Amino acid sequence: MIYLDNAATTLHKPPQVIDAVVRAMTAMGNAARGAHGGALEASRAVYAARVKLAKLFGCPRPDHVVFTANSTEALNLAISGILRPGDHAVTTDCEHNSVLRPLYRLEEERGVTLGIVPADRLGRVDYGAFERLVGPQTRAVVCTHASNLTGNVLDLARIGEIAHRQGALLVVDASQTAGAIPIDMEAMHIDVLCFTGHKGLMGPQGTGGLCIRPGVEIAPWKVGGSGVHSYDRHQPQEYPTRLEAGTLNSHGIAGLSAALDFISEVGVTAIEEKECALMDRFYRAVSATEGVTVYGDFSQARRSAIVTLNIRDYDSAAVSDELSESYGIATRPGAHCAPRMHEALGTTDRGAVRFSFSWFNTEDEVDAAIRAVRELAEG
Amino acid sequence: MREKKPALIVTFATTAAAMEAESFCLARQLPGRIIPVPREITAGCGLAWKAPPEAEAQLTDALREAGLAWSAMQVLEV
Repeated sequence: MIYLDNAATTLHKPPQVIDAVVRAMTAMGNAARGAHGGALEASRAVYAARVKLAKLFGCPRPDHVVFTANSTEALNLAISGILRPGDHAVTTDCEHNSVLRPLYRLEEERGVTLGIVPADRLGRVDYGAFERLVGPQTRAVVCTHASNLTGNVLDLARIGEIAHRQGALLVVDASQTAGAIPIDMEAMHIDVLCFTGHKGLMGPQGTGGLCIRPGVEIAPWKVGGSGVHSYDRHQPQEYPTRLEAGTLNSHGIAGLSAALDFISEVGVTAIEEKECALMDRFYRAVSATEGVTVYGDFSQARRSAIVTLNIRDYDSAAVSDELSESYGIATRPGAHCAPRMHEALGTTDRGAVRFSFSWFNTEDEVDAAIRAVRELAEG
Repeated sequence: MREKKPALIVTFATTAAAMEAESFCLARQLPGRIIPVPREITAGCGLAWKAPPEAEAQLTDALREAGLAWSAMQVLEV
C-alpha cells in the first residue's frame, strides 16, 4: 500500500516509537501513583516527554504541557475552560469540527457569541476580518494553524498580534502542523497550543495535549484522581495536574517521547522541506492534468503537505475507493470534518479526495499516485 | 520495617514538579531519591525527595538557584 493519508494519521512510525511502546508496556507502572521503580519509570517518561514538547513548541514551562488523548480533547479542554457565559470568541471558516462543535455548543449552553472569519474559494482567510471581528469584548480567538482540507497555513503571528492588542487569547489547533512545521509559541503569540501526537509528531494514537502560556487560566471539565492531595475535595489547581485527572496514557506517551527524539534528530525544517517537496511534485503534475480540480492556495511559501482534489464530476468516495482497490493508494475522501471549509470551496455536494504526505513517503510513491490520477482523469 | 532515621523531606505541588526536581538533582549529583510522601506531612499521596538532613542548605541553595519550587522542606524521622 502507498499510504498518502498522513493528515489523518501517520501510519509509518519511526521504529524506535514502536520499541518504546513495547518497552513501556513491559516496564511501566502508573505515573504519579507511588514511588516504586515501575511507577517512577512512568513518571520520569511522562516528564521527559513534557520537557521535549516544551522545547519543540517554545512553551516556557514543561509543567504547562498537559497530556490528553488527542487534539479534540485538548481543544475541548481549552475552549470550555476559557470561555465563560456571555463571552465573545472569534474563529474561522477553516476549522475542523473539533473547534467548531465545542464553540457551537457553548453558543447554545453559555450564550457565547461567535464571530467567524470567512475564507474565499481558495480557502484563504480574510485577515481584515480578524481586525473587524476581534474587539475588547473578545475573550479568545480559536483557529487552526493549517487547514486539514486545503493545507493552507494561517499567519498565526499576525492573528496573535491582533488578538493580544485587544486583550484576547489565541488558542491554536496545531493538529496538522505539530512536528511538520516549526512552531514557536512566543513568536506566534500563542497562548494555548493544542496538538495531537499521532500525525506529524509520529507518535501513537491516543496521545495529544496542550501547551499553556504561564498565566492563562483554564478551568478543568474533568476532575478525579491526581496522585496528589487525595483528601482535598477539589482538583489541585497547579498545572498539569489541574487538567489531567485519571491515569495518563504513559505507554503512548513513551512512544511519543521516542518520536520526539526522532524529530529532534532529523529536524522539523528538514521534515517540512521533504514533505513539501513531495507535495510540490504531486501538485505540479496533477494540477496540469485536464479534468483535475485542486483546492487551496499553492502560492503560499509555507503549506501543510496536503493536496486535495476532485476528478471530473466523480464522487470523491468513488475516486478514493478506486485509488485504493485498483492502485493500492490510501487517501481520504468525503467531507473531512470541515463543513465551513467545504462551503467556501464549493465542495459540499461531493467532498474531495485528500492526498497527504509524510517524511516516510518517497518520490516513487508520489509518481505512482500521479499516474493513477492521470489515468482516472482520462476516464 | 526499617529503623526510622532523621531525613530531609522535600514535597512538591505536583508529580511534574517532583520529576523536574529529581531530574535536576540527579544531573547535579545532589544527594537523595524520590519516595512516597510520608504521612507525617500529608495523609494523602504524592512524591517527595528524601535526602540526608545535612544536605538541607545545599539543596535549598541549588533549588532556589534553578528557580524550582517546592511545597515544604523539613527534617522528619522516616
